[in-house]
Amino acid sequence: MPLWSWPCSPCRFQWHLEEVGQELGADGSINIPRIIAAEAETSMTPTEEMNGSGNLMDFLDEPMPDVGTYEDFHTIDWLREKSRDTDRHRKITSKSKESIWEFIKSLLDAWSGWVVMLLIGLLSGTLAGVIDLAVDWMTDLKEGVCLSAFWYSHEQCCWTSNETTFDDRDKCPQWQKWSELMTGHALGGGAYVLNYFLYVMWALFFSFLAVTLVRVFAPYACGSGIPEIKTILSGFIIRGYLGKWTLLIKTVTLVLAVSSGLSLGKEGPLVHVACCCGNLFSSLFSKYSKNEGKRREVLSAAAAAGVSVAFGAPIGGVLFSLEEVSYYFPLKTLWRSFFAALVAAFTLRSINPFGNSRLVLFYVEYHTPWYMAELVPFILLGVFGGLWGTLFIRGNIAWCRRRKTTRLGRYPVLEVMAVTGITAILAFPNPYTRRSTSELISELFNDCGALESSQLCDYINDANMTRPLDDIPDRPAGPGVYTALWQLALALVFKIVITIFTFGMKIPSGLFIPSMAVGAIAGRIVGIAVEQMAYHHHDWIIFKNWCRPGADCVTPGLYAMVGAAACLGGVTRMTVSLVVIMFELTGGLEYIVPLMAAAVTSKWVADAFGKEGIYEAHIQLNGYPFLDVKDEFTHRTLATDVMRPRRGEPPLAVLTQEGTTVEDVEALIKDTDYNGFPVVVSRESERLIGFVQRRDLTVAIKTARQKQDGVVSNSVVYFTEDAPQLPASNPQPLKLRRILNLSPFTVTDHTPMETVVDIFRKLGLRQCLVTRSGRLLGIITKKDVLRHMAQMMNQDPESIMFN
Amino acid sequence: MKVCSTVRGSRLSISLLLLLLFCEVIFQAHATKSFEDVRCKCICPPYRNISGHIYNRNVSQKDCNCLHVVEPMPVPGHDVEAYCLLCECKYEERSSNTIKVTIIIYLSVVGSLLLYMLFLLLVDPLIRKHDPYTQPLQNEEDTEDVRSQAEGAAGRGNTVLERVEGAQQRWKRQVQEQRKTVFDRHKMLS
Repeated sequence: MPLWSWPCSPCRFQWHLEEVGQELGADGSINIPRIIAAEAETSMTPTEEMNGSGNLMDFLDEPMPDVGTYEDFHTIDWLREKSRDTDRHRKITSKSKESIWEFIKSLLDAWSGWVVMLLIGLLSGTLAGVIDLAVDWMTDLKEGVCLSAFWYSHEQCCWTSNETTFDDRDKCPQWQKWSELMTGHALGGGAYVLNYFLYVMWALFFSFLAVTLVRVFAPYACGSGIPEIKTILSGFIIRGYLGKWTLLIKTVTLVLAVSSGLSLGKEGPLVHVACCCGNLFSSLFSKYSKNEGKRREVLSAAAAAGVSVAFGAPIGGVLFSLEEVSYYFPLKTLWRSFFAALVAAFTLRSINPFGNSRLVLFYVEYHTPWYMAELVPFILLGVFGGLWGTLFIRGNIAWCRRRKTTRLGRYPVLEVMAVTGITAILAFPNPYTRRSTSELISELFNDCGALESSQLCDYINDANMTRPLDDIPDRPAGPGVYTALWQLALALVFKIVITIFTFGMKIPSGLFIPSMAVGAIAGRIVGIAVEQMAYHHHDWIIFKNWCRPGADCVTPGLYAMVGAAACLGGVTRMTVSLVVIMFELTGGLEYIVPLMAAAVTSKWVADAFGKEGIYEAHIQLNGYPFLDVKDEFTHRTLATDVMRPRRGEPPLAVLTQEGTTVEDVEALIKDTDYNGFPVVVSRESERLIGFVQRRDLTVAIKTARQKQDGVVSNSVVYFTEDAPQLPASNPQPLKLRRILNLSPFTVTDHTPMETVVDIFRKLGLRQCLVTRSGRLLGIITKKDVLRHMAQMMNQDPESIMFN
Repeated sequence: MKVCSTVRGSRLSISLLLLLLFCEVIFQAHATKSFEDVRCKCICPPYRNISGHIYNRNVSQKDCNCLHVVEPMPVPGHDVEAYCLLCECKYEERSSNTIKVTIIIYLSVVGSLLLYMLFLLLVDPLIRKHDPYTQPLQNEEDTEDVRSQAEGAAGRGNTVLERVEGAQQRWKRQVQEQRKTVFDRHKMLS
């Protein structure tokens, strides 16, 4: 154990290691290297076990309901949560030998994790299906209505129709545009204006509904939710953020927001929705509802299920949870997320929302080969993705800061309406922005077969060509392609600008889909350019080797895919999970190398301009107390520079192990707002014996005053094993050893902050005490660490949110 | 204890309801395919002087090919093979019941939320005006711990109606708090 060089009562650790080491191994909770908690957890575990083993009868022997809970906007103590779970686990194991009923109960307890996963998968899959179906219908509602059955979208309406023709594939008499329905004319200037007007009106109506519902019922339902979920998973409490109302409102308003045609996607919010499901179901099992640490394991898995249904990529979801969202991800959680992702994907598949037996609208399947020379445009797309990522993050953060600090933030409803209005007015004239973004991506990803009717596939065909469908050679572009190109270029500019202003408004909004759309548009444009170059200049050296005339050598759809991956990578800085998600979307193993090249390039380029992805940037903007595992701390400061109290400040508020009265303790709690108090032997020696949480102290004293006879204001409080010798006239003393943490984490005052930051990150500490030769000097809390880090990075340390 | 059991009871009922919903949706998805839920769609591109055409028929999956679906065949016998090579046939399934049920459920949820919103914004303040108990209830919350207060409020109620009332008040306070955090102080989610 190389980390253990600081002195913290070594004999006690020895004992713990022998006792607990084996059990944890058997439990299977081996941690992956991201958090090296395994060693530490064994040594830090059984504080409560030890505390509870006191031989005196204690009024606290039955667990109190509120001990060990946290208040809103507080960080949890991962070590404490872990030790509580180990205790619970041990109690169940020892009880299970007593009777068959207890044995069954222990089995049920062991299974409850998987049951929760099953339930999460079922519910999040169902909700994703509902969202997909409703979005499909409502998006088309902006343009027209199905006369035979109003609940059908355009495509579903014409599904069985025999009247569709080859040239006008999506027209059928059952589906009527609004102008057709109202005036009887489908074409002409008047009809266009009427359709335009109604399109804008519907968009405004949907977004107005969304923003009012969010405002009235669940303000926490707005935004993408991933920054907050990252913060929650790292051990922060935001009450109500994953509540039932948030779940309901987020699901309902997500549909409205996406259907309104705003430049936003459903992926991020779906992760939030899945996490709400996780929270809902974990409250059914006491194993998870009473332990914030265990609950976070469930939430990590739920996030995986969310991405699994959002992209139809179960493995990608698991990796996304591991790479992007989770903070603490033991192997056990990996397997559970795998299961949850599987169930969720299966559920969505059985609902079959798109009627194509796929989980996403833009699933593509092609197996045309790619050539080494094409890596150059792929890498260029990667560079574009990185630049877009930087531009988006900078622009969006600047805009969000403006919203946060200036008058703009006072008009959330108006802002949403204005952005929707502008989006709808600008989007309608361009056919590529008018339709839903998923459909756009789907079309851009598609390869042009002979059967495609879209404008993008308007190539000049050889008249007497009769070849099998999947082997169409490169052809010269027709006028349709050129029209499509400039429309796409306009759409690209529009999407880039409007997305910056959309993300972060007070409605549910994700940025995966818009980012992918930007990349797909750019990629398709590049793809067509390369294709035409290859067609017209077969004799160029670069094309000579791989592109013979009459061969099918460039697939523009593949470029769109690579571009989408690059742009998504530039914004979120994902790599592994991104490539896996894209590969699961396409089902083509052969495109892994292009995707990897683009993802890595975009990460390099984007990292050159700024280290943080969009989620970290938002975490920082809002000042969430998130201790990033990826950051490095390189400054040469010492624990003594960071600890409280500083020089000139009043001394640390401490309790002594005996001799304080209940009244004194209550006064201390009332006068200070610290979240915990160190307990020392005496004020003169200041030798540390433990740490007690403020909330536990409050609850314990309150309960004792109510339930225990003889405890009055001047009863003596003691933390020692045996009651102090008191004159008989004194009231009955109050023993509080049960709530005392006997193994608080300590460092010496000369420990470098680098190490301290590492300890906080990897062990998930909430506070750490600083000592010098056994004397208590001060305390470092997570807040102090975060503020110190902010200060070192020249940011305002007061911006970190903490209560 | 009573509070605890009612909370658990409500949780149980919620989860039961959700399970029912799953079963419903999954059952709907697997319900017998009506004639309009299955199609075999063949798209045939232009060939010689014949223009492109789309054929749409309700046949089983194994019959879903050009020979069974394209009817009447536009080309003479010896050309059928060449023509059919160009056509692309796709067998697709959907569940119209699921779509119908989902959209109707969704619309009714949105409708009831809107009604409740109108109730909260318009009708509720009118009723509240005559209710002397609400005002102190909201003020005393500020000083004391939210949680114990909330439980106290829920426990105080004897009838079901009062308990629901208490729960609603608690929820309203929480939302108000959230609104302050998000919209007024811009502490989160901006």
